[in-house]
Amino acid sequence: MGRILLYLLGVVAIYGVTQTHYDYLAQYMFFTHRAQHLVLHHAGPFLIALAAPLPVLADGLPTRIRQFPGRSLATRLLRPVYRTLQYPLIAPVLFVGLIYFWLIPEIHFDAMLSADLYQVMNWSMALDGLLFWWLILDRRSPQQGGLGYGKRIAIMLAVIPPQILLGAYIAFGKEVIFDVYEVCGRAWPFDPLDDQRLGGLLTWIPATMMSAIGVLIILGLLNRDARNEDAAYVTHPTR
Amino acid sequence: MRRWIMTAFASLWLVGCGEQAWQTKDISGLMPPLAFELVDENGNTVNAERFLGKSTLLFFGFTHCPDVCPTTLARLDAATQRMDEAARDDIQVLFVSVDPRRDDPETLRTYTDAFGPRFIGLTGDKEALEELTRRYRVTYGYGEEDSNGNYDVSHSSAVFAFNDQGEARLLIRDSDPMEAMVADLERLAGDT
Repeated sequence: MGRILLYLLGVVAIYGVTQTHYDYLAQYMFFTHRAQHLVLHHAGPFLIALAAPLPVLADGLPTRIRQFPGRSLATRLLRPVYRTLQYPLIAPVLFVGLIYFWLIPEIHFDAMLSADLYQVMNWSMALDGLLFWWLILDRRSPQQGGLGYGKRIAIMLAVIPPQILLGAYIAFGKEVIFDVYEVCGRAWPFDPLDDQRLGGLLTWIPATMMSAIGVLIILGLLNRDARNEDAAYVTHPTR
Repeated sequence: MRRWIMTAFASLWLVGCGEQAWQTKDISGLMPPLAFELVDENGNTVNAERFLGKSTLLFFGFTHCPDVCPTTLARLDAATQRMDEAARDDIQVLFVSVDPRRDDPETLRTYTDAFGPRFIGLTGDKEALEELTRRYRVTYGYGEEDSNGNYDVSHSSAVFAFNDQGEARLLIRDSDPMEAMVADLERLAGDT
């Protein structure tokens, strides 16, 4: 029940920031845009990954799709790509790299100007968010094929400083870094520097807090595994 | 045969050298071609095809605008004054008012005439304006009315430039230097 709720919450959050009037606000104000990416890259995928819906979703697929002829070929082609993206050294670089990439002022300008590029930006964030949190919040223990808990914690800690750095750089900027909102007009009259400060803080604080929550969840998983081991030990006492 | 190919390649390569980059923001391929259905200064419905054949500069504003609009329009006027005469005649400026409540065709005409014959005022109902602003990914909004019924309007500060085919070419910001503007407008006027 809890997992269903988490999954729905994640999906509704992503839907809410991309398919409703909120998306309009996210296009014409910097801080609302940062909040949108916080949901697309951090909160939404985090909730979905935590719900671990893949087995259920796979079972729910029509048989026709599950048994389509090119399936083994597709798996064979996609697996190396997936493995590469999920390699413990590449995943965090990709995670932070995408945030930086779309915030390069020139790139950001183009993405906000071109309707197509805007979609590419948002979906790349959502997809990378899913990949990243999928890797981190994998319910399988390391023995079952999940990533080692130490590595997961290390990855989450590693992505904190670059996000703080970027968030602080934006929040403490004395000049407007992203002028596209000036050029295209704002959703409502709002001081450009206040807008930028708020956006910087959103990039900095809640984003890095997700790592802290993630670490707590991994500690919970560690605890779970330890208990299971204890239980196995108790049922076969050697004394 | 090979010599011909080499010559062709060499000349193509040299042509590439001659091609200067735009000095203001290049939006070719980023934005859709010019299209709209609005009301002109005579109260007639007009669409974008009517303005093809000349390079078009598109700017959103309102006639009660205290600073951004008059400054931008005056800058555009100054830039066109600096151009060759032939090139100057290829430029037309469409001033789209996003405040149709106060800007009727008559008000628009008086306003744009003050900047010169190249300036054409357009406006439309909420639906038409929203379609056009959404198309160029800009927005506008109204501030609160004061006791005299005056209100502020937030709008885009950019000038969108299209070639004579109506294809999007440039986005000119108020921070772009005058020289860059003049050079690009001259190139735009020569662009076919």
